[in-house]
Amino acid sequence: MANTTLTIKDLHVAIDGKEILKGVNLEIKSGEFHAVMGPNGTGKSTLASAIMGHPKYEVTKGSVTLDGKDVLEMEVDERARAGLFLAMQYPSEISGVTNSDFLRSAINATRGEGNEIPLMKFIKKMDEKMELLDIDLNMAQRYVNEGFSGGEKKRNEILQLLMLDPKIAILDEIDSGLDIDALKVVAKGINSMRNSEFGCLIITHYQRLLNYITPDYVHVMMQGRIVKSGGPELARRLEAEGYDWIKKELGIEDETVEVEQEA
Amino acid sequence: MTTQIQYPFDQGFIESFSSQNGEPNWFKERRIDAFTKMDQIPMPKPDKTKITNWNFIEFKQHSVNSAPFSNVEELPESLRRLIDLEGGIKNLYIQHNQTAGFLSLTDELKDQGVIFTDLITAVKNHGELVEKYFMTKGVKPDEHRLAAFHAALVNGGAFLYIPKNVQVTEPIQSIFVHDNGDAPLINHVLIVADENSSVTYVENYISLNDQTTGIANIITEVIALSNSRVRVGAVDTLAKGVTTYVNRRGYTDRDAQIEWALGMMNDGHTISENETNLIGEGSVCDTKTVVIGRGEQIQNFTTEVRHFGKNTEGTILKHGVVKDRATTVFNGIGKIEHGATKSNAQQESRVLMLSEKARGDANPILLIDEDDVLAGHAASVGRVDPIQLYYLMSRGIPREEAERLIIHGFLEPVVSQLPIEGVKKQLIEVIERKVQ
Ligand SMILES: Nc1ncnc2c1ncn2[C@@H]1O[C@H](COP(=O)(O)OP(=O)(O)O)[C@@H](O)[C@H]1O
Ligand SMILES: [Mg+2]
Repeated sequence: MANTTLTIKDLHVAIDGKEILKGVNLEIKSGEFHAVMGPNGTGKSTLASAIMGHPKYEVTKGSVTLDGKDVLEMEVDERARAGLFLAMQYPSEISGVTNSDFLRSAINATRGEGNEIPLMKFIKKMDEKMELLDIDLNMAQRYVNEGFSGGEKKRNEILQLLMLDPKIAILDEIDSGLDIDALKVVAKGINSMRNSEFGCLIITHYQRLLNYITPDYVHVMMQGRIVKSGGPELARRLEAEGYDWIKKELGIEDETVEVEQEA
Repeated sequence: MTTQIQYPFDQGFIESFSSQNGEPNWFKERRIDAFTKMDQIPMPKPDKTKITNWNFIEFKQHSVNSAPFSNVEELPESLRRLIDLEGGIKNLYIQHNQTAGFLSLTDELKDQGVIFTDLITAVKNHGELVEKYFMTKGVKPDEHRLAAFHAALVNGGAFLYIPKNVQVTEPIQSIFVHDNGDAPLINHVLIVADENSSVTYVENYISLNDQTTGIANIITEVIALSNSRVRVGAVDTLAKGVTTYVNRRGYTDRDAQIEWALGMMNDGHTISENETNLIGEGSVCDTKTVVIGRGEQIQNFTTEVRHFGKNTEGTILKHGVVKDRATTVFNGIGKIEHGATKSNAQQESRVLMLSEKARGDANPILLIDEDDVLAGHAASVGRVDPIQLYYLMSRGIPREEAERLIIHGFLEPVVSQLPIEGVKKQLIEVIERKVQ
């Protein structure tokens, strides 16, 4: 049985010379669902982007390994083929490239030359996953994310997750901008991935999503660090009481850190 | 005449080949008239490209006799691939240099009065129509020297006429094959869509081998009469050694519509004009161009929509990829004349540069002489977006493949418009080869 571990040690990350992450430690194993919560602007997306290799984010210290292999040494595409996946908070639009061509290229890139997915099998899988996610079938022929609504983009990220079947996935604010029905559908998709060979890191700043996907571990991020970890009960307390008690507990004073409620 | 320029031809020469062709007098006279004006009118001046040292005029001989390509079975593979052989050949004309070859038009269309034939035959057999529309409403022989040169020396092309109320559903295709640089390709396609008709026409200009040299002077005129709809697809793939002047011109009467989808894939220096004059009220032009520049190639593409009629609508979209040391200039002009109220002129030009030495220029121009109108433009010159690359790569796609996808996507607006599968495939393959 394949058992995968993503290990993040003392990770420091800067954008344009400004240090955002100041020593993050985290370990995610297959079979585990982790949630990282925290107010806006505390570095959650920075963590996700640095792990995936976003060109703007510079790792200044620390390590990220996948089963002992140095992730930071890998090109972005190698990271993906090694089994990492990131559902992005703001997915790009790729004009002129259909979702279906994009996904087929992605799947075949991982399968390798000579082992391409048979077209019929691909279509069947894609139809199946789109149905599960309540996605209009014509989305396969639309250009990647072009003209998609916020909700459609999020669903499209999850569609890619289901199609690519990674070992470890990071989902960055996959719940933001979704109405309750869409949230349930997205949660259903994510839950369908749950098995002993899949690990997941869910980034969110609401408890809402965690009502549908129960995490095994909850971490709170503030000011570029994970400041508290616990079980699902931690998320519920955050929902009820906000982040102030943690700030007090830790003596954090930062006027930019505040929980906003989304419309 | 104030002639200082020595042309490789004179009036007697023109008279004699016109007679040899058996052309009627009116056509011969137009040739001579254009020839006598040639010297007095200036060369075209494409904005931001200097063409004074380019040869558009000198050639060894006016025409060459080439194998007539009258049998599709014997065509070279590169041509066969452009034709829908499986679906059965329906409406197709093939010309080899100056030699008219294979021609077919379905009986159904013939019975409906559709005319499709090589230009010289049309001049002889359908003189009335050709005389009325040949370089009268579209390109005028005295616009500039290359138009006059064209009118004087045209040596090939095709004529397509769709009668009133006829809807042609199958595309009509021309393939102009060039493989002999001794004679210039002075080629004219005239399309007349009569009232309430519709047609889709696709043309290929293709060099049979990479070594072909010479000059090409190409004009395609589309005359869309009231309430007609004409879709034109073109893929040009002339070789590196061919210097091309190409002018694709549209004219619309009331409520007529012209759509252009132009795949400009020449490997040589190219000056391209694509202008549509929206004369009639409520007429529409949608023009899409994709371009790849590579090597040392210098190319200039001027796309213009001129609004004369009220309520006219023009949309220009141009996407170009430039690599190596190539230069590509995009001039987009939306011109709304006085009186063309409620018109809408929109344009978008984007150039993607793939190398440090590549040069791209996108100049959007709006000339508006009326108050109650809409107009807009977007233009950009840039490189492949690193964030888009990151997104694709984050799904496991290697960098090169990701770039390839982005470039194909960028050129897709025209690819997706081509109605003939073989031509679409050809364009995709050419793009593939050129961006590698
Ligand atoms: N591209 C960027 N350039 C400069 N600063 C940025 C950029 N992206 C994010 N930041 C800054 O980094 C900090 C963390 O941002 P981010 O990781 O997106 O937070 P979160 O995802 O927790 O809301 C913020 O203060 C933000 O302003
Ligand atoms: Mg974020």
